[in-house]
Amino acid sequence: MSDSEAAAEGDTTLDTADLPFRVMPAVTVDNEHFWTGGEHGELRILRCQACGYWIHPPAPICPQCLGKDVVPEATSGRATVLTWTINRQPWYPDLDPPYVVAIVELPEQSGLRLTTNIVELDPEDIDFGLEVRVTFLEYPDSGGSVWLPMFSPVNHV
Amino acid sequence: MSDRGSGGIRLGEREAVISGVGQSEIGRRIYRDPLGLTIDATLAAVEHAGLKLSDIDGISTYPGNINQPPGFSGVGVVELQDALRLDLNWFCGGMELPGQLGAVANAIAAVSTGLANHVLCFRTVWEASAQGDKGRASVTMGGGGDAFRAHGFLQWTLPFGAPSAAIWIAMMANLHFHKYGTTREQLAWIALNSRRNAEVNPNAIYRQPMTHAEYMDVRMISDPLCLYDCDIPADGSTAILVSRADSSDDLAREPVQVQAVGTALRGRPSWDQFDDLTTMALRDAAAMMWERTDLNPSDVHIAELYDGFSFIALSWLEALGFCGEGEGGAFIEGAERISRESCGVPGSVALNTHGGQLSAGRLHGFGFMHEACTQLWGEAGERQCLQGDGSLPEVAVAAAGGGPLASTFLLTSG
Ligand SMILES: [Zn+2]
Repeated sequence: MSDSEAAAEGDTTLDTADLPFRVMPAVTVDNEHFWTGGEHGELRILRCQACGYWIHPPAPICPQCLGKDVVPEATSGRATVLTWTINRQPWYPDLDPPYVVAIVELPEQSGLRLTTNIVELDPEDIDFGLEVRVTFLEYPDSGGSVWLPMFSPVNHV
Repeated sequence: MSDRGSGGIRLGEREAVISGVGQSEIGRRIYRDPLGLTIDATLAAVEHAGLKLSDIDGISTYPGNINQPPGFSGVGVVELQDALRLDLNWFCGGMELPGQLGAVANAIAAVSTGLANHVLCFRTVWEASAQGDKGRASVTMGGGGDAFRAHGFLQWTLPFGAPSAAIWIAMMANLHFHKYGTTREQLAWIALNSRRNAEVNPNAIYRQPMTHAEYMDVRMISDPLCLYDCDIPADGSTAILVSRADSSDDLAREPVQVQAVGTALRGRPSWDQFDDLTTMALRDAAAMMWERTDLNPSDVHIAELYDGFSFIALSWLEALGFCGEGEGGAFIEGAERISRESCGVPGSVALNTHGGQLSAGRLHGFGFMHEACTQLWGEAGERQCLQGDGSLPEVAVAAAGGGPLASTFLLTSG
């Protein structure tokens, strides 16, 4: 069973009740795969079909071979914490600090990164190089749900 | 005839000079119309240069007239042009520039190509008044209501509770700490050096002395950045007058020469996708500037470097070659190498001599250019830097921007 299937089965799905306010992304045809892949338990990134290069943020051309056949594909959902911060400042009502904001790198390609939250750990336990995997937080939105890809430790910290 | 650098590149910036600078009243919550502040700065700069308002035939500004976030702008080219009934041959206002001082780079390009003779560059902020007594959280991006949706880069950060550059820069600083062993104890010296300089700047906002212990004890914003690593929202307008070097108009003082400009955009222009997250786009802007001059970092007496967050100034110090990559923490420790007294001392550079945005107030980039010129002209009053032999500083760097956008200017006295 792949990690994405495991995520789809719900063993790491977060409780969506009483969600605090979060700014929602403007979902368009260009980024819909990223923000809704979580419905299928998949972290989807555009990939060049000619040379295999992953493209994020989404763009309609491969920067490596200039191929235009770019299609969303599921990643493994695994990642490593490249850098992080414990945010201690309240920015939005009910989104209470402290929480971890991190930039994670996906193993599929050097430099393939996302900014995200690391969840299901005590913020004080966050560290560089932490192995994490995706877990989706579904947010109902007017145009349909958005699935925010967050990450949790692979191993108990 | 313009100078040519190595490889025969045309150094058009040498055909531009800075002929005058001006500032409005600066303060916290002064509740004044931003256009009024801009007019005050404009008239001050024109008078300072010894020019007449009718000599101004160009305007350049950052970020143009936008109304979000509150206090970030509020004046564009057309409001100033109309209020003063200026006759312009060239103008430019916008946000997609190599940092805030990109507006000055545009003006340099305009006078160097002959599209204008005297370009009034300005940056106006009234963020302190806009935030009132409610603090920064009152203007958090996307915090205004349910209708807002994040587009572009912001979509990758806002949903994760990361609406502020404080968080984005904190992650870069943390990686620098992790990779090079930099510490909060070291980073403190950016803020402490600025405060010490602000003590003797009558226009600075925070002038009371600050101790290292006070820095270490203040509340954290986003690890490893604390409150004193973040600049102070302010109200005020700064004007910089860029003129053609061969203009026949009489100037009130020998103008500041523009030796080299760096405005590069290389790699990935993004807060989280940049190739090396221990540094920023300023690395490449600095590299470009040094490619356009025979001067070296060791020739620089004064460095006015953007410190919207303290770590950005540290990053500029490394990028500009005042110390090695990863050595910024050790370089600033104790502040001996960055104090006003270090002007002209080998291996040192006087940093943010007015107090930077950390203590003098967030005039958003333009304050650094204003101070660099003021120091070169010897008009900085009690905070004036002098070389060991008592002579005025002769070479300065003014640089602004952080994250994906930056520009830097090498300036010399005439
Ligand atoms: Zn390709």
